[in-house]
Amino acid sequence: MTTMDTDQAAAPRPAPDATPDAGVPVVEMQDISITFGAVRALDQVSLRLFPGEVHALMGENGAGKSTMIKALTGVYTIDSGRIVVGGEQVEFGTPAASQAAGISTVYQEVNLVTNLTVAENMMLGREPRRLGGINTRAMNRKAGETLQRLGLDIDPASLLGDHPIAIQQLVAIARAVDVEARVLILDEPTSSLDADEVAKLFEVMRTLRDDGVAIVFVSHFLDQIYEISDRMTILRNGRLVEERMVSETSQLELVKLMIGRELEALEQIDREVAATDSADTGAPVMKVLGLSRKGSLEATDLELHEGEVVGLAGLLGSGRTELARLLFGADTADTGEVQFRSERRRLRSPRHAIDRKVAFSSEDRKAEGVIGDLTVADNMLLALQASRGWLRPIPQSTRTSLVQEYIEKLDIRPADPQALMRNLSGGNQQKVLLARWLITRPEVLILDEPTRGIDIGAKAQIQATVAELARQGLSVVFISAELEEVLRLSDRLVVMRDRRKIAERRNDGVSVSDVLEIIAGEARQDQEAHPRD
Amino acid sequence: MTDTLTRPTPSGSPGPSQAPQRRLRASSSTKALLWPVLALVVLLVVNVVATPSFFDLRIQDGHLFGPLVDIARNSAPVMLVALGMTLVIATRGIDLSVGAIAAIAGAVACVHMAGSSAEGAFATAAVGCFTALAVCLVLGLWNGFLVSVVGIQPIIATLVLMVAGRGLAQLVTDGQITTVNNDSFSNLASGFVLAVPLATVVAVAVVALTALVTRRTALGMLVESVGINPEASRLAGVRSRTIIWTVYVFSGLCAGLAGLIIAANTRSVNANSLGLFIELDAILAVVIGGTSLAGGRFSILGTVIGAVFITTLARTITNVGIPSEANYLFKALVVVAVCLLQSPRARAALRVRRVRPAAPSSAPTAKAGPA
Repeated sequence: MTTMDTDQAAAPRPAPDATPDAGVPVVEMQDISITFGAVRALDQVSLRLFPGEVHALMGENGAGKSTMIKALTGVYTIDSGRIVVGGEQVEFGTPAASQAAGISTVYQEVNLVTNLTVAENMMLGREPRRLGGINTRAMNRKAGETLQRLGLDIDPASLLGDHPIAIQQLVAIARAVDVEARVLILDEPTSSLDADEVAKLFEVMRTLRDDGVAIVFVSHFLDQIYEISDRMTILRNGRLVEERMVSETSQLELVKLMIGRELEALEQIDREVAATDSADTGAPVMKVLGLSRKGSLEATDLELHEGEVVGLAGLLGSGRTELARLLFGADTADTGEVQFRSERRRLRSPRHAIDRKVAFSSEDRKAEGVIGDLTVADNMLLALQASRGWLRPIPQSTRTSLVQEYIEKLDIRPADPQALMRNLSGGNQQKVLLARWLITRPEVLILDEPTRGIDIGAKAQIQATVAELARQGLSVVFISAELEEVLRLSDRLVVMRDRRKIAERRNDGVSVSDVLEIIAGEARQDQEAHPRD
Repeated sequence: MTDTLTRPTPSGSPGPSQAPQRRLRASSSTKALLWPVLALVVLLVVNVVATPSFFDLRIQDGHLFGPLVDIARNSAPVMLVALGMTLVIATRGIDLSVGAIAAIAGAVACVHMAGSSAEGAFATAAVGCFTALAVCLVLGLWNGFLVSVVGIQPIIATLVLMVAGRGLAQLVTDGQITTVNNDSFSNLASGFVLAVPLATVVAVAVVALTALVTRRTALGMLVESVGINPEASRLAGVRSRTIIWTVYVFSGLCAGLAGLIIAANTRSVNANSLGLFIELDAILAVVIGGTSLAGGRFSILGTVIGAVFITTLARTITNVGIPSEANYLFKALVVVAVCLLQSPRARAALRVRRVRPAAPSSAPTAKAGPA
C-alpha cells in the first residue's frame, strides 16, 4: 500500500515545495460504507489526503461528497471501512473527536456569531483567561497573529457582522486552522463569493498548503478546481470513480467521470420530441435582456417562444437555477428587463410574474413548494386562489372539479383531495405542484428539477405531460441535472456554466457528449480570452 | 407480516384504503380538542366538588345568573383578544400589544363620554366606542406595518406598542382614572340579550363571524399557508404582506372591543391596569386551544375553549379558596400541566416513566446471575 502511495505522490505536479513526508497520507479513509435505512449513501469509498496539497472532492448532487465529509468529521458513524489519521486507526464518535485529531471544517454557511468580534469568534471556547475573566488583549493579539500569518488584514477587535460574507468565511478558516489543523475541509466556500474574494481565499489556501495542511476542497466551479487543486477524488452515486491528479485530467474527462454514463449508450437514446421549426416564427412570449444579479448570474439574454421547450443544461451552480428564479421574480435582478408580449418591466416579486402568466416550480420541493400541513386540494388551488385574492374564494363546485380533473389527469395517489400534502410521496407532491401551476393556465412554465428524487413512473409521467403541454402551445423552460432528460424534451438548448450562458442552439440531434464538450471546452478558450472576470 | 397475530395492533393504525384515512384525520382534529375539553371538564368538576351549587342557574328579572353565567360573561374579553391572537399566531407572529390597545380603546371611549355634554346618551356611547375602534384599527395598521413592511420580528414590533401604548392611554386619560356614567355603555358588560349576557353575545357573534369569514373565504387557507411555509407561499403568489397586515389589524380591533367591555364592566378606565397581562392570557388560550406557536393550522373553536378554560381557572382559584398570594403560581402550574398533557412527546415520556419502575428491580437480579 505504501509503495502505491509513493507512486502517486511522485506524480508530475506535486505541491510546489513538497515536504519530505509528502508520500505518507495524513488521512486515509479506506472502503468507507454508510447506509441510511435502505439507501446506501457510500459504498466502499476510499480517500487519501496528503499533507501540503489541495484535494478536490468531485461529484454531482447525491454523489456522496457531503456524506464522505461528514464521515471524516465524525458527524456520521461509518458502517464499515476504516479511517487512519497520521498512521493510527481512529474512530470518530463525535465531531469533537475529529477536531481533536486536527480535522477542521468550514461549511458553506458561516457558522459564526456575527455580533461578536473577529477575535472572539476565532477564539470561541478557548479564550485566553486571566483572573477568571477573558483576557481580551491577549485574545486580540493571538487572533491578530493568526490573521497575519494567513496574510489577512482584518482588525481582530472589529465586529464580525460588519464584514462581508467573504471576510467572515476567511475568519472561519482562520479559526479552523488556528486549532493546529492538519486537515482543513472547505465545503463550497466560494459559492457566494465574487471573483476578487475567491482570489483572496485561494491565496489563503495556498499559504496553508505551503504550511503542510491538507485541504479538502468542494466546489461546483470547474475553473476553481483547476486553478487551486492538485489532486482529486471523483465520486458518483455513492461510489468511488477514481483518484486523479488534476494536471493529468482534462475538463472533459472530469465531466464525463462525474456524470459518468457510457457515452456510446447515451447517444443511442432517441429523442421523443423532434425539434420543431415553428418556434422561430412569431414574437417571443417572454424575452429577457441583460438579466443579471450579483453572485448568481451574469448578464443573460433569453427568448421564450410559444410551444417550445427550452432546456437549461449545466452543472449544479452553473446558473441554471439562478436564471430560472430571475425569470420568475423569485429573486430580483440587479440589471436587465423582462419583455412580455405587450409590456416591459422589471420583476420585483413572483406576483409580477404570475400576473403575466409565468409559473415556476422550484427545485427545492420541500422548502419552496409544498405546504405540508394543508390538504392536496388546498395545495393545488393555492396559486389560483392567491391570484384571485382571499375575498374571492374559488366556488366549491369549481374546486371539486378542478382538483378531481388534475388528480385524474396526473394520476395523483392517493386520489384523495383531503389527504395532507406532507403524507404524499415526492413524486405525487411534484405532480400536485405541477397541477398548482397548470390550474393558473400559464403561458410560460418554468420547471426546475421537476423529476429529481422521484420514482421512475412519476418521472415518465411528468416528462410526458411537459411534452404534451408544449404541443398545446405552452412555453416551457426545463431544467434538470440529467442531461439525457433535457435533451429528450428540449427544442432549444441553453448551456450554462459559471453563472453564464455559454451556448444556445437548436436541439437538432445534439448529443450528451456534445453538451459535455461545450461545458468542458468553454473554460479553456474562455480563460485565454479574458483571464479572470 | 407474519407476526400480526401475536402483536397487538395499535387501535388508530392507518389503513391502506381511503376510508380509514379519512376517519383518522377527522379523529385527529377532534383529538386536538380532546385535551383542552378534558381539562375544562376536570376544572368544572373540581368546582362542583368545592361548591356543589356551582352549576346552579337561576332566572331573575328574566336574566340568567349563576357561576357558569359569570364565566361566560367574564371570558368575553379574553376570548376576543385570543381570537385575534389566533390568526396572528397562525402566520407565525405574535401580538404583545393587545393589552395596551385594550387600554387605549377604553381610554378613548371613556374620555369621550366623560367629556361629552350628553354623557349618558346612547349616541355618546356609540360615538365613543366607534372612535375607540377606529383608533385600534390605526394601531393594528401600525403593528402590521412594522411586521409586514418593515420586517421587524413580530415579538419586537408589537413590544413597541405594548410599552408605548400604555403611555398613550395615560396621555388620553391625562393620568387620571376616568369614570363614566352611561348605562348604554355599561350594558356592554352587564346587560343581557334574551337572558344571556350581552358581552357573551358580542364575543360569540364576533367569533362566529370570524369563523365564517376565515373558512368561507380563502382567508383561513391563505393565513395557514403563509404560516406553514412562507417562502412556498410567496412563490405561489400569495400576497403574504397583505395577509399578515390584515391579521394584525384584526387583532387590534378584537383587542379594542375587549378593552371596551372591560371598561364598561368597571364603568371606568385605569390606563395602567386595564387589560394588563391579557396578552399572556390570550396567548395561553390559543396554545391551550391547540394552535401551534410555530404557526400554521389554527383552531378557532380550540381558542374559544382555551379562553373559557382560562376564565374558569381564575374563577376556580377564588372558588376553591386558594390564598390570593399563591394564585399566580397555581395558575402557572395548571397551565404547564395542560400544555404538557397536550404535547404528544410529553405524554409519551410520561408513559415510559410509568413502565420504568419495573426495570430497576429486574436489572440487579440479572446482574447478580453471572456474579
